Amino acid sequence: MIKKDTWVRIHSIALQPEERAANIPDDSKKVPLEFWTKGYLQADAEVGDEVEVLTKAGRLVKGTLVEVNPQYQLDYGKLVPELLRIGEDARRILREGK
Amino acid sequence: MKNYDDLMARKNEIMKTAVGIDYDEFELEGIAFDYERMMRDTGYSIEELREIQEEFFVGDTPILELYNLTELARKYAKPGYGARIMIKDEATNPSGSFKARRASIAVHQAKKLGYKGITSATSGNYGAGVASLAAKAGLDCIVVQETFDSEHVGQPEIVEKARACEAYGAEVMQLTVGPELFFMFLDILEKTGFFNASLYTPFGIAGVETLGYEISMQMREKYGKDPEAVVITNAGGGNLTGTARGLIKAGATDTKIIAASVDLSGLHMASDHDFNRKSFTTGHTGFGIPFCTNPDRSDVPRSAARPLRYIDEYYTIRQGEVFYMTELLANLEGLERGPAGNTSLAVAFKLAQTMKEDEIIVVQETEYTGAGKHINPQLSFARDRGIELFFGNPDDEVPGKNIILPEDPGMIDIKKLDLMGIKASYMRNILRQKDGADFSDVELNYLSEDLKLTAEEVNELIKKVKEG
Repeated sequence: MIKKDTWVRIHSIALQPEERAANIPDDSKKVPLEFWTKGYLQADAEVGDEVEVLTKAGRLVKGTLVEVNPQYQLDYGKLVPELLRIGEDARRILREGK
Repeated sequence: MKNYDDLMARKNEIMKTAVGIDYDEFELEGIAFDYERMMRDTGYSIEELREIQEEFFVGDTPILELYNLTELARKYAKPGYGARIMIKDEATNPSGSFKARRASIAVHQAKKLGYKGITSATSGNYGAGVASLAAKAGLDCIVVQETFDSEHVGQPEIVEKARACEAYGAEVMQLTVGPELFFMFLDILEKTGFFNASLYTPFGIAGVETLGYEISMQMREKYGKDPEAVVITNAGGGNLTGTARGLIKAGATDTKIIAASVDLSGLHMASDHDFNRKSFTTGHTGFGIPFCTNPDRSDVPRSAARPLRYIDEYYTIRQGEVFYMTELLANLEGLERGPAGNTSLAVAFKLAQTMKEDEIIVVQETEYTGAGKHINPQLSFARDRGIELFFGNPDDEVPGKNIILPEDPGMIDIKKLDLMGIKASYMRNILRQKDGADFSDVELNYLSEDLKLTAEEVNELIKKVKEG
């Protein structure tokens, strides 16, 4: 059970494929327009339940509870070894010429 | 959310409430409107802008001379050539980019008009700018961004922007790919009654005028002259328009205004498939060209960003070259920045080689970097999506298929865009609106200003486009 007032992330479908704008590429038209936002859970619930959250801007938004205490998924990626050479080359050119 | 058409039909009315500007007041006749009056009546003077920005600790950023990069450029120039390359370190603004300038005026205006909150539709630095200054001004803030493809994979740079906005206490609504983001945005505006911190209102543009103005003042103080050229990364046109207007207001009318965009030709901006095959989220041709040829495609009835009024030359550069330049900036100058400003820096590196040694070329922005934004995560992300990365000839780069790092700094090259061709596309859009009707004198005068052409050139262009 996830307690009321827990900080969560919700997901929802904003537009089904058939409701999407006419002038978009076919690959985008085949899929729904989806959205996510975060807020404080308004009643006890489980992941996967339809819930309502109160966002930082004071909006009440409905959606499916997908994550509790949501984590940022970002980092510096896997090392790209090609980048190592760029600075070395440039410094050598400055020191020794082309 | 079934009422797409209903909501879109109320667009102008919602925007009027959300930006506090009655755009009808500035309409002249037909296709024409009074741009300068709109900027004057709804904007602020340079002095007022500087006062507002001082309160927000925005602006007055240093200009750094890039000695080593200049020396490197001179290795590839004729004797006596190789202009001094300088960069305005806009990353030192609160929230880490020049977008704080635009946000400061929007937040000030929202506060002045008594709005409780402020919202912006942006996947870029502007969101962080608005969120940061809304925090300082005590306003609620919502940022709506296009973040994920249909597989729910987020573009790392945009994921980082969301984190930054949330760090400043904003709500971030994240969407999958599609222009219907605007529909969601209108819905939020209507339901919350918040101010729309559009990038395209006079406030959003006026805020950048101080950037151009400062460049002129700083250069005159330190070097006794205005720079010969200023290079500006171009996307929606606001950065370019504001900077150019600021330079003109300072009297730097001889300074060349150079636009620079990353070449992303072949990738569709609204395509779910293409979304995560772009390694640049802005500053690219996918925004730069359409916003030149149809500036009023923005979220307000009349965009204050009108780049064709100011551009002298427009160049494209490739993704691999900008990444390469980002590494050079870190390794030769000790400045870890970008990617945004490094688009114009890569262009400046090449242009400097064609300019005399005593001339000065200024790159007018840097931006902060970090997890997600940095070149390593961007390139690692691209590689994971099957995009090839290798050293070679940048001419062979195909956006969405490969990213080519130049074998040698001397291989960094730029492509000059045909400005008259871009103006012809603009004219085609206008002729479609006119649907065969003749232009009045007021309209012709407007076209002359909006396209930076003489009356004669406008007439020639109309004739040429009509003949196809």
